[in-house]
Amino acid sequence: MSGAEKIAVTVTDIVPLNDLVTRFEFKRTDGGLLPTFSGGAHTVVEMHDGESTRLNPYSLMSDPMDQTAYTISVRRDDQGRGGSLYMHTKVAVGDEMVISYPVNLFSLDLRAKKHLFLAGGIGITPFLAQIKQLERFNGHWELHYACRTESLGSYVDELTEHHPNETHIYYDDQKQTINLVNLLEGQPLGTHVYVCGPKGMIEWVRQTAAAEGWPREAIHYEEFLAPQPGKPFEVKLAVSNKVISVGENESLLEAMERAGVDAPYLCRGGACGQCETNVIDYSGNFIHRDHWLDDEEHASGQKIMPCVSRFEGKTLVLDR
Amino acid sequence: MTIQFNDESFRDDYSFYNSERAIKRFPFPFHEDSYMYSVNMEQHRGGPKDSVYEKRFDVDEHYVSEMRDRALVLADDPLRCQSLPHMTLAGWDLLELIMVSKSEDYPDLFELHRDGNTWRWINKPLGIDDTFTFLDEATLPYGPMEYITRQAQGDFAVLDQRDDNLWMDAGMVTTQADWSLDFDIGMNFFEWHAPVPLAHEKGIFVRALKFLLNIQQGAPARRLNWTMTVNPLLDTSPENYHKWGIQKTTLTPENIGAKQHLRVELQTFFRLPRSNALVFPIRCYLCSFQDLMTVPKWGRRLHRVVRDLPVELATYKGFIANRPMMLDYLKNFDDGLPTSPGIWPDLESEPPLKT
Repeated sequence: MSGAEKIAVTVTDIVPLNDLVTRFEFKRTDGGLLPTFSGGAHTVVEMHDGESTRLNPYSLMSDPMDQTAYTISVRRDDQGRGGSLYMHTKVAVGDEMVISYPVNLFSLDLRAKKHLFLAGGIGITPFLAQIKQLERFNGHWELHYACRTESLGSYVDELTEHHPNETHIYYDDQKQTINLVNLLEGQPLGTHVYVCGPKGMIEWVRQTAAAEGWPREAIHYEEFLAPQPGKPFEVKLAVSNKVISVGENESLLEAMERAGVDAPYLCRGGACGQCETNVIDYSGNFIHRDHWLDDEEHASGQKIMPCVSRFEGKTLVLDR
Repeated sequence: MTIQFNDESFRDDYSFYNSERAIKRFPFPFHEDSYMYSVNMEQHRGGPKDSVYEKRFDVDEHYVSEMRDRALVLADDPLRCQSLPHMTLAGWDLLELIMVSKSEDYPDLFELHRDGNTWRWINKPLGIDDTFTFLDEATLPYGPMEYITRQAQGDFAVLDQRDDNLWMDAGMVTTQADWSLDFDIGMNFFEWHAPVPLAHEKGIFVRALKFLLNIQQGAPARRLNWTMTVNPLLDTSPENYHKWGIQKTTLTPENIGAKQHLRVELQTFFRLPRSNALVFPIRCYLCSFQDLMTVPKWGRRLHRVVRDLPVELATYKGFIANRPMMLDYLKNFDDGLPTSPGIWPDLESEPPLKT
C-alpha cells in the first residue's frame, strides 16, 4: 500500500474565516486520540467526489500536543481542479472522512538559536503549529506575515493578540512589504529562516538569503503545489501492461490509481520525491511542475513526478 | 505469559545462557544458504507469536541481567550515553514510545498511568515506581533518553533529520558490534557508515538513506544484521577492544561450540512524532554455536554461509582468522540436504541431521 497510514475521522467543526479560507476540525471517528506530531507536518485528506477521488495535502495548524483534534485551513481555488471547492461546498459537520498520519517535510531545525518565519497568505498554516510547539519550550521566534488585504488576513487577530512582540503583518493593498535584506542582516548568529507561501515569495527569500551569504542549510521552505488541470493525455504503463488516459481534471498519479496501479506517493504536492517515476520512452513535451527533480533531470526526459507533472504529445511510456 | 528472568553475566565468568525457548525464538539472520548485503527492510508490525518480531520492543529472559550490565558499562564510561542539546525533545519522544509500547504489550510487567502531564511509570522486573512530569527533565533522575534506555534492552541511536540526511546526535550504546557513539556523535549517515566495505560500491547506503528518510509515523520498519562474537559479550566496543579482542585467540576445537556466538541485531526504525527525529533501536541477541546446532536447518545453513562469505566481509566482521576452525566445527552439522526458505527453524518439517 502506498502513502502514509490512514485515520478515519469525523468533521466536527467548520469555520469560514473570510471570503477565501475555511477552517475544518477533525476528530477520530472511533473516539480515540490522534497521534501527536511536529510543527510543520501535513496530512493528506481523501475526497471522494462522485466518480473521482482526490488526495490533497494540508498543513496541520492545531497544537501538536493536542491529541483530541486536528485542524486545517483550506483556501478556495476557483481555478483549480476542485479539491478545495469540494471541501468548501460539499463537506459538512458530521461527515466521515479519511486522512493520513502526519508527515513532516517542513520540520523545525531544533538546533536554531532563533526561528524566523516568513509567511505569504495561506502559507501561514504550518507556522501556527510551529509557534505553538515553540511556545511550549520557550523557543525564540519571530513572524513576518504578508496578506493581500486586511479582510483576507487569516489568523492575524489571533497572532497579534497573543504574540504582539513577535508578529509583524504586511498588507499588499496598503503597499506594505517585508524589508528582507534589512531583516536578514539584523538576525543573530544561529537563526534559521522558514518560508511558506507562493512560489515567487519562496524564490525571492532563497535568492536574497543566498546573496546575503546565508548558508543553504539555514533556509527552509515548503510549497505544496496543487496539481493543475491540463489537456488529457495517454500513458502506457510498461510494468502493469496498461494504457491509461489522464483526464483534464485529474493528475497522472490519480489516473494510475484509478486504473488500479499501486504507485508510491507521500505528499502529492511535488515536494517529497516518493512518486519519482522513470520514463522509458516518449515523444512530446513534459510539463514538469515539481520541486523534487533538478533542472537537468527535467530536461533529460528520463524522469517524471506524476503527482503534479503532465505531458503533451504522442507517446509516453513509464516504468510503472 | 510470565517471563522467568535469568541471573547471568556477560563478562568475567560469562554465565549467560539461552533457555530452550530462547533458542527456538533466536532471530536466525539467514533466509537462504548465502549472504550478501541488501536493503533488507520490512514493515515492523508484529510477527509470529512469541517471535522477537511480535512486540514493538521485545522483552526476554535476559532483560534484568542486560540492564545490570548496561549500568556497569555506564559507570566505567559515561560517554556511552550522549545527547546533543537539540535532541532532548526526541528523548521525550523515545521515553513515550517505549513506555506506551511496553505497558500495552507487557501489561503484567509494565504500567503507565497518565494524568495530563503527570505520569506514573511502574517497571516490575527492575523494581521501579516513579512519578514525574512529562517534558520536565528536572523530575527525572536522568535525561529522558538515558532514563528510559537504562530500562530497555538494546542500543539506541537517535537520529536528527535535516538537510536530506540523518545525524547521529544522541544515543545509548553499550552493546555494540565494535562501533563508538563517542566517535560517531554528530556524524551524518554516510560518515558513520564509511568503514563498511563493499556496500558503498553497491549503492546500498544511498538507497537505505532514502528509505529511512521516508519512514513515517505509525509505520516502523525493521531488518536483521549479524556478526560473530567469542564469549557472550554484550560490550564489544572499540573503547574496550583491548579487553575483548584478545579473547578471539582463545578458541580451540574443543571449546568453539560453547564459546563462539552468532551475534544478531534486530534493528528497528521508528519516526518520533514530536521531534520528527528517527530512533534506531539495535537489539543484540547472542546464541552459541552448539545451541544453534540443535536446529538442523540452522546447522546446515550456517556452515554454507560462513564457508561462502566473501573475504572482505569475514574480515570486516572480525572472524577471518577463526574461519577455518569454525568450518571444521560447522561441517559436522551439514549433511548436504537442501534447506527450506526463510529464517524460521521449521523443526517439524526439516529432517534431522543424517549421521
